[in-house]
Order: sequence, then C-alpha cells, then structure tokens
Amino acid sequence: METPLTRNILPGREPPTRRAYERSGGYTALRQALRMTPQEVQKRVKDSGLRGRGGAGFITGLKWTFVPMGDDAPRPKYLVANADEMEPGSFKDRLLLEGDPHQLLEGMIIAAYAIQADMAFIFLRWAYRRAARHLEQAIAEACEGGYLGSDILGSGYGLDLHLHVSAGRYMCGEETALLNALEGRRANPRSKPPFPPVSGLFGKPTTVNNVETLCNVPHIVANGPDWFKGLGRGSDGGTKLYGVSGKVKRPGLWELPMGTPARELLEEHAGGMRDGVRFRGLLPGGASTDFLVAEHLDVPMDFDSVQKAGSRLGTGTMIVLDDQTCPVGMLRNLEHFFAQESCGWCTPCWSGLAWVERMLADLEEGRARPEDLEQLEAHTRLLGPGHTFCALAPGAMEPLQSGLKYFRGDFEEHLRAGGCPWK
Amino acid sequence: MLSAAEQRDIEEVLPQLPERRAACIDALQVVQRHRGWVSDEGLADAAAFLGISVEEMEGVATFYNGIFRKPVGRHVIRVCDSVSCWIMGCDRLKEALQARLGVAAGASTADGRFTLLPNVCLGHCDHGPALMVDDDLFGDVEPQALDGILDGYR
Repeated sequence: METPLTRNILPGREPPTRRAYERSGGYTALRQALRMTPQEVQKRVKDSGLRGRGGAGFITGLKWTFVPMGDDAPRPKYLVANADEMEPGSFKDRLLLEGDPHQLLEGMIIAAYAIQADMAFIFLRWAYRRAARHLEQAIAEACEGGYLGSDILGSGYGLDLHLHVSAGRYMCGEETALLNALEGRRANPRSKPPFPPVSGLFGKPTTVNNVETLCNVPHIVANGPDWFKGLGRGSDGGTKLYGVSGKVKRPGLWELPMGTPARELLEEHAGGMRDGVRFRGLLPGGASTDFLVAEHLDVPMDFDSVQKAGSRLGTGTMIVLDDQTCPVGMLRNLEHFFAQESCGWCTPCWSGLAWVERMLADLEEGRARPEDLEQLEAHTRLLGPGHTFCALAPGAMEPLQSGLKYFRGDFEEHLRAGGCPWK
Repeated sequence: MLSAAEQRDIEEVLPQLPERRAACIDALQVVQRHRGWVSDEGLADAAAFLGISVEEMEGVATFYNGIFRKPVGRHVIRVCDSVSCWIMGCDRLKEALQARLGVAAGASTADGRFTLLPNVCLGHCDHGPALMVDDDLFGDVEPQALDGILDGYR
C-alpha cells in the first residue's frame, strides 16, 4: 500500500531538511511542472479528480481553472494554503505541517505556477507552534535552494511566500473570512459572488486550498492522474489522512486508501472500543458533520458514499460517541463551540445558535419543556443552508439534526428524568 | 508610542505585504509579545503606526482568542474544551485546575503566575484531554499529572 503523503514522516523525528527531502525525490515534481505550461499542470491535477481535503470536496483542478489567465489577467494573483485547522476533532494537517513542510511548499509552488500566482501565503493557526518553526525553517531553505524568489530554477517564473500566523478564531477557516483576516480586517465572511478566483485577496484573483490537498499535488504531477485514481478503493482517488478520536483503544491518524470503510478504521486501526464501552455513533469528519451510526459502519469513507449515507466526509477525522457518554451533552458541547465561534455578522447564526445552546443546557439541567424538542428541530431548518451568510450555522445544525434523529430516546429520557441521566 | 524594538519587529513583515494594514494581526502580536497583553494604549499605538483607526483595530483585536485585551499572568494555561477532549474528560481536568490554582476559568492567580483559559480545539484530539502552557502542548493529561506539568513554570 502506497502512502505518498506520509512517506517522509516518522513520529517523534524532526522533519526532513531540504537536502533530505531532495534525496527522497523532493522538488523533482516542481522541475517537471516548470517544463509544462500552467494549463497542462491544471489539466493534470483536474484529470486526477483530486478533491479538496478541507471538507468541501470540490475538484481542485477545476477550482484552478476559474482563475483568469494570460496577459490581461488582473495582477498580482495569490495562492493561499489554508492551514487554519480549527474544526474540532481535526488534527490531520498538523501532521503534514510538522512532519514534512517541504512537501507542502513544493505543492504550493506547483499550484501557484499552475494559476500563475505572484505571491503565496500560508495561513497557519496560532496553536501550531511546532509547525510554525518548521515552516519558517523550510521557507528559508527553499529560498536558498532557488525554489522561491524571482526566477525559480531559471524558469523565469517567480513567487514569494509568506507565513501568516493567525491569532486564533474558527471563522478564519472559511475562505472569504480568511481573506479578510489576511487583509488585516475583522474576519467576517464575504458575500459570494464574486468568488475568490475572480476577486479574492485585496480584490485580486486568489485560490485557497487546504494543506492536505496541496500536499497531494507534487505526487500527482510526478506520477500522473491514473496512478492517483488507482490509489483509492472506489471511484474517488488518492489516499486520505483518516483520524479517530474518542474512547477507542488506539486513537490516532493513518494514511489509507480513499474509501476505507469506517469499520476498518475503527476496528483495525483504532483497535476497537475501549473495554467497558460500546460504540453508539460517530461524526465522520469533524464537529460540523452529521452523525452516522452502527448501520453505516460499512460505508466507504469517500466523499460521495458518506454523502449518500446522510453525512459528509469533511476532514476525515472521526469523533466516536460511546454508550457511556451522553449524546445530548455532546451536542451541548458542540453547539457551545459554534455559538461561541459565530462571528456575529448575521442574525440567524449569532442569535439562533445561542438559543440552541440554551435549549440543550435546559435539557441537561432539567429546565426543558416537551416543546423544546420541536423547537430544536425547527432550528435545524431555520439555521440550515440558505438562511445564513456562510456555512458555519448550517454546519452546526448537521450533528444536531442527525442527533435528534438517532438519539431521540435520549432526548426524551432527559425530559422524563428532569435532567441528564448520565450525571 | 511603540518602542523602537516593537517598530522594528513590525517593519520586518511590512515588505512582504501588499498593504500596510495587512500587518494588523502581526502588530497586535508584537505588542503582546513585548508588553504581555494589549492595553488600550498599546492598541492605539499599533493602530497609529499602521495608519488605521483605533475602532478598526479594536474590531480585529477582540475577534481573536489569542489577543489578550486584559493583563494575563506570567504563564497562560489553555485547557481544550472541544468535543474530543470533552468525551475524554476535560471537564474533570478543568475542575482540577481551578481547584489547584484557586481561580475560575478566565481568571489569573493572585501571585500573577498563571492565567487559566478555556480554549477551542487544540488539534491534539488523539491525545485528549489536552492543554497548552504558553507555547508547550501536553496530551493525555490526567488531573494527577498537573503538579508535574505546572512545576515547570515559575
């Protein structure tokens, strides 16, 4: 089984220096890309079917084709690596940032070349201190090696790259909020259209890609679309960094073929549930994805299959709910997060999420009324897609709507018992 | 007025940015690094240096959980309270920290040694419950391990 993304990463070891990265074949894909036209690079990545690993699953190569090209295109153009991993339960980009920073840089330089960007940013979350040190070092090494600057490897193509360390806010992971943050503005999301490829950072064409997405790019350029497609188990190509957290025997992170079933992740890789607890459900890809339950354990964890099962692959880092943990309490924790992290820009989100959190607290503390369950259900629609400025509140409603469906009995038990029966 | 050292630190990032105001967060981080927190005066100094209004700067500063608009202790403890750590018992850990430090979450100890803050997901979910002390990350933290961890921060 091939593991291109993590082949250089050894737990507990320092990441490869530029020279070590070059010795393992690093930066040859960049040399190859610079001999192709930007459109050829775009096509190669598009043909591979690579889908965005940040959660949305949009086809990366297709996203790149939305950027205006040629002499008439507005300048400067920008590429941004979204390294603001703040989705609760997600810890996959951390591994790539800490473990092999040159792989990200090579992917970024190739992506930037493909859209003919003049400048690139890494938008890094504050808490990733180790990643920040490794990236700073790698950027300096890449400049020395001629991989960044005004004339990369004598190709005539130039790119500057800047590391931005954020000050910490979930909202910044939304791509238009991220662009406002980079401009030094309050990071509220922007209305779309216009979309960032047309009018992004400082009003110029901009592409924002996730860290894991960009790390795939050098391997696709070097090995081709068919190789990439062959890595997946189903129609969705490549490998995926899958994580498991919660009360399992061996929580962790693994690079596996895209489409690995949930059961295999849970039982083989995470070692099954801890002694004394049983599986009840899981959020497949972070806090803003719908619950899946036992009947879904054989669903392949790829974008389309998880969607068919009623959830989203999201970041691919699953959070496991066990039978000794209260589902209502878990939802209260999730909705507290979303209510706190709402940017306050649109009313349904800041007001609605606060009410949702309060109703869940009432259930937990014995103040709830029977009609509150209908109210909660109504909110999953009122804060759903189309009613808010961005995807934060609709994302917050995903675990709630599925939680109400699969754990209805637990909600009713809270009403009957006058509080949380787990306490 | 920003000190010469603060100005130098902010000017270091300016050439990489298309607009001066884009250094907004960098400037707040610089002020915080030099002064420990961002007072009204520090905020106004940074805003003036970048040529943006105090109100806009405040809008940015209060947006982030990493910018302190109140004084903090010599060491800041951030205990993760997001979902994976919650399942693994972060409430117990937070209670143990509050009892040990004698302060509620959000407050500083009387001797100015520690500030205890709840924090959103630290991205260490396979090792919950997790916490950070200053720039250092700790995972699988049991309440009885707290003494050993905190003793390292005087």
